[in-house]
Amino acid sequence: MDKQVIIAIGREYGSAGHEIAEKVAKDLGFKLYDRNMLDDIAKDKDIHVEYLEKYEEKPRRIFSSRKVGAYTNSIEEIIAEMQFDYLREKADSGESFVIVGRCAESVLKDKEGLISIFILGNSDVKIKRIMDKYHLNEADAIAKIKRHDKHRRQYHNRHSAGKWGDSRLYDLCINSSKLGPDKTAIIIKDFIKERINAM
Amino acid sequence: MAQVLAVIIFVAMFVLIVSEKLERHIITLGCGLLTLLLVFGLAMHSMSAVIETLNLHSIITPSFWYASGSEGESTSGINWATIIFIFGMMVMVEGMAKAGFFRWLCMKLAKMVNYKPIPLFITFMIMSSLLAMFIDSITVILFLAAVTIELAKLLKFNPVPMILSEIFCANLGGSATMCGDPPNIIIGTSFEYSFADFLTNTGVIAAISLIFVIIYFYLVYGKQIAADSSKDIDFSTIPEPKDAITNKKDFIISSIIFGCAVVLLVTHAQTGLTVAFIGTVVAIVTLVTSGKSALELLKKVDFKTLLFFIGLFAVVGGLEQTGILEKIAAFIGDISGGNLKLMVAIIIWISAIASAFVDNIPFAATMIPIVRSLAATQGVDLETLAWALSMGTDIGGSATPIGASANVVGTSVAAKNGYIIGWGKYCKSAAPATIIVITISMIIIFIRYC
Repeated sequence: MDKQVIIAIGREYGSAGHEIAEKVAKDLGFKLYDRNMLDDIAKDKDIHVEYLEKYEEKPRRIFSSRKVGAYTNSIEEIIAEMQFDYLREKADSGESFVIVGRCAESVLKDKEGLISIFILGNSDVKIKRIMDKYHLNEADAIAKIKRHDKHRRQYHNRHSAGKWGDSRLYDLCINSSKLGPDKTAIIIKDFIKERINAM
Repeated sequence: MAQVLAVIIFVAMFVLIVSEKLERHIITLGCGLLTLLLVFGLAMHSMSAVIETLNLHSIITPSFWYASGSEGESTSGINWATIIFIFGMMVMVEGMAKAGFFRWLCMKLAKMVNYKPIPLFITFMIMSSLLAMFIDSITVILFLAAVTIELAKLLKFNPVPMILSEIFCANLGGSATMCGDPPNIIIGTSFEYSFADFLTNTGVIAAISLIFVIIYFYLVYGKQIAADSSKDIDFSTIPEPKDAITNKKDFIISSIIFGCAVVLLVTHAQTGLTVAFIGTVVAIVTLVTSGKSALELLKKVDFKTLLFFIGLFAVVGGLEQTGILEKIAAFIGDISGGNLKLMVAIIIWISAIASAFVDNIPFAATMIPIVRSLAATQGVDLETLAWALSMGTDIGGSATPIGASANVVGTSVAAKNGYIIGWGKYCKSAAPATIIVITISMIIIFIRYC
């Protein structure tokens, strides 16, 4: 494919967004970037990857960090900026890829080949998926979903002008609970193919 | 009613600043406007309070520009002298940075000590202190941390110990002079103190403390730095100091302007020229000599910080006009029982602890009317309390990564280069150093003034 295509996928916790992103990337033959980008960043900056993982895609801690002009000492925000720089670099190189989360729809909004998607899900389906995946009871699964979605929302809204999950921010929003991850991935792929044809 | 409103606005301002939901100058300007409308207008119906807080009349008085020997009256409300002086220094510093002055100075000193880590470590600590006496600590750390990281990569040592000690020394150096740290500028212009007053009082305390601080950081980090220094290094890869100079003519002019600014500041008590006058002259000369680059320099000036100051002074003016700060002063007077030593201890330690966690600029601005009232009602020497406030606010900010602007900038520059400094790593060396310096400062104030 001669045109650069960047698929930015935002997702609710438990919506199988990551699984769908993997299927889309595999079928389109694109590289998938998610947490794995931390390996490259850690290697480049000579930092332990576990350290980066601890703070990535999380909101800043309000009482333990400060901002002075363009400088912040929030580890969460510094790691977010490292990831955004990494994404911009990849995008500038002309590579086509799928990126999960990391405010990519906002960070790369000026890229012509950007296709942004948000995957949501029904609460009952998300709870069941998290209960099965992590062997949790219902209450713990609900708490886990709430915590992760809260962090994702805070993180996203801190770094983006648009609100996390707001349909106006994305090209396509889809509820994965209606058709399941496999069929949702097919719908998304069809949408992407149509978009590429229209480019 | 007025007191309650003033306190609500003040607390809301602090909460909003910490939350970083809005830019801090918008917060203080908004809160300042609310103070004028709600506290002075709605609750006090006092136009005179508005006029006094806006303090615009002070700018057109001759004593604002030239103190003719007799002491001028201490002013309250928006401290325009502080704002104009900081603006002038910002313009000058932008001119120096554009010419490559700071990078040249760092590289020159590094070369002079043959790039040996231990001498470099000590030299950069001293340079950080000396530069911060005249230039804002953010600029000092911005350049020093960047050069330290660059040298660390070339010389293969861990820059974190050096950056942490440089940050501490920048804050310490800032406490030595009237223009070193914003709280000192506010204290100096509010109480009509001269540059020499600071140098001979907080300057002496800072100089003594610096000796202890260098020994302390050497004991904490010396072994680690020395261990790093045994590796093979290719010195040919290190850039020459002269390469840092972007334009030789601009470099010479900016160095002369800086030298003149230092002389004017050191002698301003003798010449009668106020800091507002010096700031204005320095800005005008920098802009005139920079020719076509003048607009570029002006664009780089951090006007947001100047607006932050204006709003902040208006909010603190609200607390002052409603008399709430006098009540706090009376409370401190009561619990100290008129004992000067106890008052000094309370001011220095409370200022230090508060400044370790909240911005020391609003804290110092709030404490000034308190200290003034305390001195007047308890019949104690204002200077003694002012020096305690200065050392407490300037040094207290060193204890944590969020205490002072230099800490934020230094740790941010380090982290962007892969050297992440968390609270634990930062406080492990900085918190004990802060306690040491605050204790030394308190002892010197006790011996010398009490």
